Parts: sequence; C-alpha cells; structure tokens
Amino acid sequence: MSITLGHYLTLGAILFALSVTGIFLNRKNLIVLLMAIELMLLAVNMNFVAFSHYLGDLNGQIFVFFILTVAAAESAIGLAILVQLFRNKSSINVDELNTLKG
Amino acid sequence: MDVKSALFYAFSAVLLFAAFRVITARNPVHAALYLVLAFFQASGVWMLLQAEFLSIALVLVYVGAVMVLFLFVVMMLDINIDSIRQGFWKHFPLAATMGAVIALELAAVLLGGFRISEPHKPAATQLVMPAAVSAPANAASSAVDAASAALQVASAPAADVGHVVVAQVSNTKELGVLLYTQYLYPVQVAALILLVALIAAIALTLRARKDSKYQNPADQVRVQARDRVTVVKMAAVKPPVAPAAEEEKSA
Repeated sequence: MSITLGHYLTLGAILFALSVTGIFLNRKNLIVLLMAIELMLLAVNMNFVAFSHYLGDLNGQIFVFFILTVAAAESAIGLAILVQLFRNKSSINVDELNTLKG
Repeated sequence: MDVKSALFYAFSAVLLFAAFRVITARNPVHAALYLVLAFFQASGVWMLLQAEFLSIALVLVYVGAVMVLFLFVVMMLDINIDSIRQGFWKHFPLAATMGAVIALELAAVLLGGFRISEPHKPAATQLVMPAAVSAPANAASSAVDAASAALQVASAPAADVGHVVVAQVSNTKELGVLLYTQYLYPVQVAALILLVALIAAIALTLRARKDSKYQNPADQVRVQARDRVTVVKMAAVKPPVAPAAEEEKSA
C-alpha cells in the first residue's frame, strides 16, 4: 500500500491531538505549554505541505513559510514574557497568573 | 512496502514518540531536546513530500534559533520541578481519553476521505494541475483558477508547459520566484512582523540598573558657565568661637 494524502493528514492529526493533550496535562508549566503550541503549529504545517505536494499547488508551501515566520516571532515574544513573569513572580505556574481577575 | 513508505513510517513513529515525550517529560530541558528530535523527524517527512526548502528552513529556523532560545530560557529559570508536576497524573486519564478521541475521529475521516495517491509528475508541471483538477468540478470558480494558474505558469521562468518535457526547476527556485513576485508585499509584512517581535522582545526583557552611572548628552550640551560657577560675596569676618568648645576647654 502506497502512502496517500490521508496518511500525512493523519500524522498531522495525531500530532495535533498529542499537543492538545499536552496543553491539558501541563497546566502548571508555562514553558511546556509553549512547546505544545509549537508542536501544534508543526502539525498544521504538516497538513499544508502534504496538501501542497499532493494537489501540486505551491501556494501551500508559501503559507508554511509565513507560518514559520509568525511562529518564530510568537515564541520569541512568548519567551520574553515568560522571563518577565519569572522575574516578577519567581514561578511559571499558570494558576498563579490571576492578578487580572478575569 | 517500498522504501518511501518505510521511511514515512519510521519518521512518523519517531516523530510521534518524540512529541509524546515532549508533553510528558519531567525535566523541561528533556522536553526541549525531544522537541528538537521531533522537528528533525518532521523535516524528514517534509523531505519525503519534496518540500526541500521548507524542510531545511525548519531545521535552521527551529532547531537553530527557536529551540536554542527555549533551552536558554529553561536554563535561566530556576524551576522547582516537583511543584510543577503536582496534579499531572490527576489530569492524565481525562486528557488521554480526549486526545485519543480526537486522534481516532480525525484519523477515521482523513484516512477514508483523502485517498489521493502520489502525483507522478515533475515539479514544474504541477503548476498547471490546479486548473486541470478544478475545471470540471466547478464552472464558476474554474475561470478564476485558470487565471491564477496562468499567472503561476507565467511566473515560472523555465517551465515550458506546452511540451511534455519541462525544465526541472528546483523547489527552492520555484518558491523564490513565487515569493518575490506574487507574494512580495506579504514578504514585506513578514519582515515587519519579525522586526516588531525583535523590538518587543528586547523592550520586554531590557532592565535598566538603578545604580548604573551614565551620561546624558542633552544635559551636557545644554549646560552654561553661569549655571556651573556661582560667585558668592561674603564679608571677611572671623567666626565666633562656639560656647560648647569653651566649656570643654575650661573643664
């Protein structure tokens, strides 16, 4: 059986489900939450690249390029916020981030 | 099973294992290192999909830059692992059930619904495929697709679509042509996003020391002689001896 588009999409789906599980599990660890978000973006990119290959449309890969750019910016700012948070609270526990009382 | 399938399954297995370890690793440093492994495997999978440029970019951007940033931050923070791991296994059954349900449902739909097999065409001819695929499907949108496909073909320099034999254009070259013609303004916007992220990250983490001494050039330029030296006129008189000192002397 040769590899079809569905195989790649399923790989992306399992990766996405794993990272959703990771977000639920690591509710106290902000840094692993950021890593789970990176994994999620990787799963989305996997779908884009697979569709781009199997449908023969290069625009999907361009989109992945932009997602990579935005993801790099997001993780840089996220980590900067994380460092500030740790300086102020000496903890990266998500449960302690309740000063806004939202 | 051919080589490509075997490679796909190998890469996928290691990718999923690494992703699982990322979310369950006890030490955040281990999680970051497993994330590096996951990105390498994903890059291998993308290589199978003939997206060479993106797969190299994934390794360079993610493993080279983002993950090093992650590792630096993890090592800078002094994290108490035991307090962080509290309640981890309490949430595990619910989270695992939910993840399994999501994965199974998506897999059932995707494996059944997308049985599109490998396109056996060189990369350059794939540029015209969208028009050919969508033309019988939808008459209204086919004109738009055909127009965009024509634009793509026009933008690919060496692709002679009239003939079966087309010039082999590499994935990187095709991406570059598309990126700097059709997507020129989005590239500029992406550059701007990176600049904003750079400035924001610096502004967030920059911390001025209170006790550091520094010069203020504006004040230095604005200074005038009469502000610096003040001539005080005083009468030349001998100060009177303090009475307390007198008493000490007599005692």
